Amino acid sequence: MEGEGALHLTVEGDRVIDLRLEIYEPPRFFEAFLRGRAASELADLVARICGICPVAYQMSTLHAVESIFQVRLHPSVRALRRLYYCGEWIESHLLHMYFLAAPDYLGVDDGIAVARFHPGEVERGLRLRKLGNRILSLLGGRPVNPVGACIGGFSRTPTRVELEELAEEIVRARGETEAALRFFASLPVPSRPQAIELVSLRHPLEYPMNEGRIVSSTGLDIEAAEFATAFSEHQVPHSTALHCRRIGGGRYLVGPLARLLQNSDRLSPSALAARESVAARLSSTDPYASVFARAIEVIYAFDEALRVIREFEPPPRPAAEFAPRAGVGHGATEAPRGLLYVRVETDDRGYVSAIRIVPPTAQNQACIEADLRELAPGVLALPHEQARRACEMAIRNYDPCISCSTHFLTLEIERRSPA
Amino acid sequence: MSGAAVGEPRRLRLAVHKFASCDGCQLQILNLEDELLWLSRRLEIAHFPEASSRSLEGPYDLALVEGSITTPRDAERIRRVREQTRTLITIGACATAGGIQALRNWADVEEWKRQVYPEPQWLEVLPTSTPISAHVRVDDEIHGCPVSKEQVLRVIARALLGTTPDLPGHSVCLECKRRGNVCVVVARGLPCMGPVTKAGCGALCPGLGRDCYGCFGPCDDPNPEALAAHFKQELGVGPKDLVHRFRSITGHHPAFRRIGDRKGEGI
Repeated sequence: MEGEGALHLTVEGDRVIDLRLEIYEPPRFFEAFLRGRAASELADLVARICGICPVAYQMSTLHAVESIFQVRLHPSVRALRRLYYCGEWIESHLLHMYFLAAPDYLGVDDGIAVARFHPGEVERGLRLRKLGNRILSLLGGRPVNPVGACIGGFSRTPTRVELEELAEEIVRARGETEAALRFFASLPVPSRPQAIELVSLRHPLEYPMNEGRIVSSTGLDIEAAEFATAFSEHQVPHSTALHCRRIGGGRYLVGPLARLLQNSDRLSPSALAARESVAARLSSTDPYASVFARAIEVIYAFDEALRVIREFEPPPRPAAEFAPRAGVGHGATEAPRGLLYVRVETDDRGYVSAIRIVPPTAQNQACIEADLRELAPGVLALPHEQARRACEMAIRNYDPCISCSTHFLTLEIERRSPA
Repeated sequence: MSGAAVGEPRRLRLAVHKFASCDGCQLQILNLEDELLWLSRRLEIAHFPEASSRSLEGPYDLALVEGSITTPRDAERIRRVREQTRTLITIGACATAGGIQALRNWADVEEWKRQVYPEPQWLEVLPTSTPISAHVRVDDEIHGCPVSKEQVLRVIARALLGTTPDLPGHSVCLECKRRGNVCVVVARGLPCMGPVTKAGCGALCPGLGRDCYGCFGPCDDPNPEALAAHFKQELGVGPKDLVHRFRSITGHHPAFRRIGDRKGEGI
């Protein structure tokens, strides 16, 4: 009944001569209705862009606004923002791994079916995921559309007791994150290495989340403010999702694999050891290896959350004060799915005069279509249902924002006789 | 998601449908964590695209519908959903009140299309974002942005028992009092929407020391005129911000609309 996505293939003989991935996701026009709203409302409103990665939209937007208002974050608040992102990476990555990836590799319908074949594994995934949600609830009140983040920090800083309780739970669950990686390493994960430009943040000291320069595997190295010099969005008639391309280049990949391959030297010791254990799968750019990158980032996020909690010293106030001013600001942070760029323009009373939001999935659209173009000839001979599943798998591999048709692809093949 | 043994009575068939939304309300079902596997055994989850590739054809006993109606396709699709469903329950601010995207109802959506998309003529959208109840009969509603997962569980459990859920309609203020929160309106002069907003979140925002922004929509029998007057006269909230307070995530709801549409005049 739903049909949020459709793949149209036009085939002549056994050649695919046209491929269109249609996304019907009804547009909500955030970039239009946010105009005229106070910058201080943005954290609440942009959370509504995506139920599974609200923190990412909040972080990119708040950093853009804070750069305009010249807000300096207290180091403890900076650290809490990393903890906040750890929570989201954990819950988002584990949801993908157990509900999208594992079922695909095992050829079953969903995570519940995986639980029948591998009792204990899905329960493990859900247990670990719960901790991600716990972190978000502690800092944001609730994991979906959290309410705690604001300009300059948070509405409330957690107490020492709350953080210690959380730390105990993290320590108890920590060993299971490595077991999760081992489980995925045992599954038949496809492999399709290809040459793609990788794009992510890079920071001089830490594995990137909220800060850093935008770098790529072909030598790009720019500030967030220069985003528009290297990337441009364009619209295609068959999709309500805008596509983003490299100016002067082609398609590029953002996401956990791009982050990991460009920032392995910033991992925690045990995350690095985990990376070594699957090194063969990460030796070349293979979008299918993203699932291993996610599992490694879950290990890292647990370590990082623990580090932040142990080193935490309460800031003098939960959020820095600010005075609104006119200007333009840019925020680039690493959503679970990849680089998320926001540009904000405000007037002198702090109301938004313009806003531009580039989600990670829009940046991966070209890669998704390229993979489908490569896959399509091979599926033409399969029964329709199998062909449809194979195409869905290729899309799901990119962990597209769940809003974009993860499980419901209509496959239409138009066959023409060769001329 | 199957698992019933042979010979068991037929399980309740659940479908989850999405329209224009962020997916957060459906995600709350997946966030049930401990109860999720238990639920999958008690119900037949017949259609849940966010979570499963498996989809059984209708009819369905219970449909949880997330999202608002914003395109001609979706206006058509909700009618088909209604035909296939015995009990239709809307979940979340989008399905019950049009959502934050209902801000287009006070604007020119054609102009918005031009602002966001280089080729606006390729998009087919309606000029409004409306709740599901504006299109088909709705049997019950769960409010919230997102819905509280405890309320979702309660509604599903009641459906399994064959009774109606009994969700509270009183304001957030009662939840604050139960938690022993200091009132942020009185003590901190914040324009908190709690006094006119439906409970269900556990007074999340005042509990963190910030103002409620009304994401659960109006409570039963609200008095938004009095609250708006307090914001304007006692807290010094200007006309633009006053409109924004009432024209936000659940702003399309009539109780909030009557304040937003006055644009700060006569309050």
